[in-house]
Amino acid sequence: MPSNKSVSEEPITQFVNCRILKDHQLQREDLWVREGKILNPEKLFFDEEGYADHQVDCESKILAPGFIDVQINGGYGVDFSQGCDVRGGVALVSKRLLEHGVTSFCPTLVTSPPHIYHKVLPEMEVHDGGAEGAGVLGVHLEGPFISREKRGAHPEHCLRSFQQGSLTDLLEVYGSLDNVSIVTLAPELPGSPTVIQELVKMGVTVSLGHSVADLSQAEQAVQQGATFITHLFNAMLPFHHRDPGIVGLLTSDQLPPNCTVFYGMIADGIHTNPAALRIAHRAHPSGLVLVTDAITAMGLPPGHHTLGQQHIQIDGLHAYVAGTNTLCGSIATMDMCVRHFRKASGCSVEAALEAASLHPAQLLGISQHKGTLDYGSDADFVLLDDSLHVKATYIGGEEVWRK
Amino acid sequence: MRLVILDNYDLASEWAAKYIRNRIVQFKPSADRYFTLGLPTGLPRDHPESYHSYMWNNFFKYIDIDPANAHILDGNAADLQKECELFEQKIADARGIELFVGGIGPDGHIAFNEPGSSLVSRTRVKTLAQDTILANARFFGNDLSKVPTMTLTVGVGTVMDAREVLILITGAHKAFALYKAIEEGVNHMWTVSAFQQHPRTIFVCDEDATLELRVKTVKYFQGLMHVHNKLVDPLHSIRAYKD
Repeated sequence: MPSNKSVSEEPITQFVNCRILKDHQLQREDLWVREGKILNPEKLFFDEEGYADHQVDCESKILAPGFIDVQINGGYGVDFSQGCDVRGGVALVSKRLLEHGVTSFCPTLVTSPPHIYHKVLPEMEVHDGGAEGAGVLGVHLEGPFISREKRGAHPEHCLRSFQQGSLTDLLEVYGSLDNVSIVTLAPELPGSPTVIQELVKMGVTVSLGHSVADLSQAEQAVQQGATFITHLFNAMLPFHHRDPGIVGLLTSDQLPPNCTVFYGMIADGIHTNPAALRIAHRAHPSGLVLVTDAITAMGLPPGHHTLGQQHIQIDGLHAYVAGTNTLCGSIATMDMCVRHFRKASGCSVEAALEAASLHPAQLLGISQHKGTLDYGSDADFVLLDDSLHVKATYIGGEEVWRK
Repeated sequence: MRLVILDNYDLASEWAAKYIRNRIVQFKPSADRYFTLGLPTGLPRDHPESYHSYMWNNFFKYIDIDPANAHILDGNAADLQKECELFEQKIADARGIELFVGGIGPDGHIAFNEPGSSLVSRTRVKTLAQDTILANARFFGNDLSKVPTMTLTVGVGTVMDAREVLILITGAHKAFALYKAIEEGVNHMWTVSAFQQHPRTIFVCDEDATLELRVKTVKYFQGLMHVHNKLVDPLHSIRAYKD
């Protein structure tokens, strides 16, 4: 049918024969897109007397919001913390991420010397995704204000503590906080409360991780405005029944009202035992955010590679600091994590998909236009088969990848 | 009239749907020959449970109708009288209603033609009866003060002008109204009874809706089911249909 709209001349696409994730359920509905946003078909029908210009047959697939990865250190040979050809590296990774259904991500920088931050950060601009690749939401700075004992694969000589307990410390190290979405820090470091407050005031998400904080230190940090836990269970004190540590935030009653604490889970089957994954999920299902924490070697064959200032060894789906048994990130892709999470936790398809889309969007405060298929949201979505393998990826309603 | 009695709500709905489908196919509609389907009016526009939402979610979103061909009375129009007149004009422009599909209220009303409505009334503003307001309360959080008291509706006369009328009646709470509509006289207190004087009316109901009818009436029409069922035999698509 020819187009007929009074509000806009732009073409309207109707995605038919699909099951869309809406209102937390998979429903047999069509999805309407105009100008890169999801359109309300009822308003179109009655107010504009308009209809679709073309229809796309989704062949009974699941249509879910595009995945959002808030912790990814690189991939396909690119290491975001290396500092050479930053734009080229981000472009390569963002293009390949489309194959995993990721439509937006936060490139993550591990603990590095100041000159790396000063060089890399200005080159990692926030920008929308498209045919060239997934969108960059902002950088995730994981370190260097973290605990020595829980540094994991981060280089010891680059760790820092707060000298003034204010933004000055951060600006000295990072250079600038433009383009930054998330900062992971250890809240037990002296001076952290004011730093957290100032970061939150700037609109940066503060995450607790690589830390030996006990539960009350963690609760205080949340009261100052921290809202995320970096890869729960990893690089923090283990759960203890008399001091649950950071893990205790999942069920803490000391949190500010209406505050949700989100927590990253690397659901690759290696970083967390499935039983632990289930405990966390059952304790606090609405806070679970799937992250890949993927490293350079993701997408590459087994062998020896570099990560920040460190060297790593790949063995199957495991990535170790070369010569040790310390895990240094994963090489699972986001869609693998979604499938593994669903299988290990026994959760519904909807819950697994929301852990990779809605929850990260809520964490970053962007759920008005990302992470959902609500009217007015950006039309970033994926087509999946019933076993949750990605068949096609769309950004702004345009197909940007197809299997 | 035809009285088609099915065992339950689902079977009655299915029978009615097949009948309507067959009628449309037999009519062989085309760009110059519209099949005009009439449906009763409902709640005001702005409410989330509005009739527009209802029609969209239950009908329009499944079909490829040109939105310009979907006409719903606008309860928010500036001049309601004009809106009603325009609606009657649109019906005339579409060469009249081919088939009007409706239900009845427990008080025997068709569309919102409450007891006492003229049997020759046209599309107009109507005040709702208390029964109807109570029935609608569930759409407004059971807060009676929020339920609209007025609505626009097609008149009894408007529906009588349709070439065919299909009335769907299911549930025991409608049984008395059905009895009044078909076994008693034509009466403006039970406006559905007007269709006794329409050349082509068909009532589709479930067993429960027949509870107040005479056994003789029910047996007579049940005996005709083999004839009625021929009306819903599958037809080929419009393109393939041959008379």
